[in-house]
Amino acid sequence: MKVELEADKCVASGQCVLVAMDVFDQDDDGIAILLKQEIGDDLLDDVKEAVAVCPAAAIRLVEQ
Amino acid sequence: MRRIVVVGASAAGLAAAETLRREGYDGTLTLVGDEPLAPYDRPPLSKQLLSGEWRPEKLDLRTADDLAALDLDLRLGVAAIGLRLAERTVRLADGSTVPYDGLIIATGVRPRRLPSEGAHVLRTLDDALTLRDRLGPGRRLVIVGAGFLGAEAAAVGRQLGCEVTLLEPAPVPLAHAVGTDVGEMLTRAHLERGVNLRCGVTVAAVTEDGVRLADGELVEADEVLVAIGSMPNTEWLDGSGLSVGDGVVCDQYCEAARNVYAAGDVARWYNPLFGTSMRIEHRTNAAEQGMAAARNLLNSEARKPFSPVPYFWSDQYDMKIQAFGYLRGHDEVAVVEGDLAERRFVVAYRTGDRVSGALAVGMPPKAIRQWRQAIATGASWAEAVRPAVPAES
Repeated sequence: MKVELEADKCVASGQCVLVAMDVFDQDDDGIAILLKQEIGDDLLDDVKEAVAVCPAAAIRLVEQ
Repeated sequence: MRRIVVVGASAAGLAAAETLRREGYDGTLTLVGDEPLAPYDRPPLSKQLLSGEWRPEKLDLRTADDLAALDLDLRLGVAAIGLRLAERTVRLADGSTVPYDGLIIATGVRPRRLPSEGAHVLRTLDDALTLRDRLGPGRRLVIVGAGFLGAEAAAVGRQLGCEVTLLEPAPVPLAHAVGTDVGEMLTRAHLERGVNLRCGVTVAAVTEDGVRLADGELVEADEVLVAIGSMPNTEWLDGSGLSVGDGVVCDQYCEAARNVYAAGDVARWYNPLFGTSMRIEHRTNAAEQGMAAARNLLNSEARKPFSPVPYFWSDQYDMKIQAFGYLRGHDEVAVVEGDLAERRFVVAYRTGDRVSGALAVGMPPKAIRQWRQAIATGASWAEAVRPAVPAES
């Protein structure tokens, strides 16, 4: 699966980092950064959680 | 459980519906929303949507494909008007009755209004589009209420070239929420940008020409925005037997009655982390609580208390304000990093002998994260804040 991030929607809440720190980080302004774009099954649940808790609906999971 | 109804198709209701499917629920899933629109995001309404920076489509919380994949029995544009617990049915405004085995109430809040017509409120996409079309250079915008919503709208109004007047009954805006020092810091930012802030004034009525104050003065306006807080949408539950008191009263699992849960702005639940019941009108809480309610409804044998560290943010001019925890009723505020005057700081809030909250402006995420952690673990004030000097008593 591929992770997509719409950075201009990001509100810097950091919720994604809390639930999936292997996939997301934040820059100095708090805006989310993707550490990985393609993820395997081991991180799928974490990223689904991040999609669900993101308060800006800025993260999507896309089937490749 | 074969029939679950989620009432409320905004952030909390959507999060609940998605979580039910993610957790493997494959029965009938009805999602009821009183607005005719697919779920959309509200925080940008007072920011990017009002400023004209974003088009409405950008607020969609999910794509049409994402929604279709949820296989919902979607009832949009129809409000729920009644609940019968004994019969396990929800009545809708179109005359239909929807049966359920499990119910999640996420009907949100609506703006408090003044007893006058012609004033704007800001809650729905429709509200925001209507107000946006009336703002522009030279327009006189008067905002009643200098809370976060009113302050954000004031900032956008100034960016659009409006003459903005903020009317606030308290001596310092937001002091009750974030403390006097932070409230004064935010106030200065608005004054510097040319907002005409008037504190300690009481509004009597909105008139055709503007806002009439209690002492008889008329504050002239082309447009008036009333931003004086919200009321939970619970009237449809009258007579249902559910306990309602400033929200749907729930236990620590977000349960209001057997297999009936509440989430988001409308839910008043017991948060064990802070040892108090609370109702939180923040975007992040809507998603988190929607998820928690859905999980507890499905996994009744393994329920988990909902004990989050609440989080909210506010954008005003070039400032991003972020706050964690439960600031209400705090006993003390201390600057623990940076400097209020430079608008780069973290302040911590003490309630009793523990760190109950933190608020940051202009700080990197790592500086904030440790304070969230301190709140989540119930760190004592003496341990976490000892080196700091109290900013206010």
